[in-house]
Amino acid sequence: MLELAFNARRGSFHLQVECRLACDWTVIFGHSGAGKSTLLRLLAGLGRARRSEPANGRVTFNGNALTDTERSLWLAPGHRYTSLVTQQPALFPHLNAAANVAYGLRGLDRTRRNARVDEMLELVGATDLAFMRPQDLSGGQAQRVALARALAPGPRLLLLDEPFSALDGTASDALLSRLQNWLREGNVQAVMATHDVTDALATSAEVLLLREGRLIAQGPAAEVLTVERERLRERLRTGNA
Amino acid sequence: MDWQAFALSLRLATATTIILLAIAVPLSALLVLGRGRWLAALEAVVTLPMVLPPTVLGFFLLVLLGPRTVIGRGITALLGHPLAFSFDGLVIGSVIYSLPFAVQPLVAGFASVDTALVDAARLLGAGPVRLVLSILVPVARRSLLAAIVLPFLHTVGEFGVVLMLGGDIPGATRTLSIVLYNQVENFDYAAADRTAAILLALSVFALAAIYSTSVNRGARRA
Repeated sequence: MLELAFNARRGSFHLQVECRLACDWTVIFGHSGAGKSTLLRLLAGLGRARRSEPANGRVTFNGNALTDTERSLWLAPGHRYTSLVTQQPALFPHLNAAANVAYGLRGLDRTRRNARVDEMLELVGATDLAFMRPQDLSGGQAQRVALARALAPGPRLLLLDEPFSALDGTASDALLSRLQNWLREGNVQAVMATHDVTDALATSAEVLLLREGRLIAQGPAAEVLTVERERLRERLRTGNA
Repeated sequence: MDWQAFALSLRLATATTIILLAIAVPLSALLVLGRGRWLAALEAVVTLPMVLPPTVLGFFLLVLLGPRTVIGRGITALLGHPLAFSFDGLVIGSVIYSLPFAVQPLVAGFASVDTALVDAARLLGAGPVRLVLSILVPVARRSLLAAIVLPFLHTVGEFGVVLMLGGDIPGATRTLSIVLYNQVENFDYAAADRTAAILLALSVFALAAIYSTSVNRGARRA
């Protein structure tokens, strides 16, 4: 279970969120600039406060504090058992796909590391990309490898920031389905940010509706996204979707 | 041709470059990745030798390493000889003088590395040392190359600091630049021509070798 109460300023943007996420799969829905990425970065431990951009609050995951600014606690990103996959794959350009996936597997011997890399590449459907350089991959292929890299260390919490934006609908649905099975088997909690209502409605997830940095609603997708769903239905009916 | 001075210049430049790399890589990473207002002051101090006249820097070092200061007396007691007018003293002077020529390209190179790569490495558990060695250095390898070549050539052609701090001791502190100065002072323009040509050829050869490497050519085409 993820619990957060956060108050952060980034330039003129003010994020103020307090909620408890108990579902295995939660979707943060909001339009561009709503604060989805900022929230995920704070959860991942990347948005550490600067003097000019203060952030106060507390994040706990399964009872363990990841961030608690009152106690000056801010666990480093690599110590949170948390992975973040963003829209931009950010693959290391000097390493091939397999080496990218292996980057977070330092504690394993070579045999187990290679087996883990193969397993992760197979999960995301990128086995044949293992020895390709990031600059030779398409956007969708790079996103698959980035997902494999994030999953390889075995995170307990997976944060997804529109990670399948470069994949077509069918490929995205298939990958999402495989990913959800894998997360369920491993008891990994996932939080996905999206501005696409079809993505938000595609899963039986709990949805957080974020607007201008504030939490507007929280609950089942069918309830929270009623307006967006009707708007989508109307667009489909009139052929403007 | 003074081959002894030629060899000494190369030895000085090699030692300076190796020491500089060990200092400049972590220092540049700190300047790029670190936080705090004191970093601006640190960067100013690191850049100072670039704008300070070499003779002024050489004079300061001569005084600092001489018997008048505690540091100078301490070093003399430790080594058994003063650092001024010795090869070791020249190395220290050269490292300080060429520091900005190693740090500036590295800072520019590290700062140009996409922050998303740095975030990704941190999320995957990379600490500061691994982050620098496995991500920043390989991604900014062109800057690393510049941070090797520029201080090396800068040291080979160094004159002001060498003359102030090292004087003109054959085999110990007499570099090619000092030889050239002596030749011109003695109106031996034919010998000066040859020495200057060697210094010029060394610079052109090193720069051509660096800019023709696959790293640079590939990066430019990309």
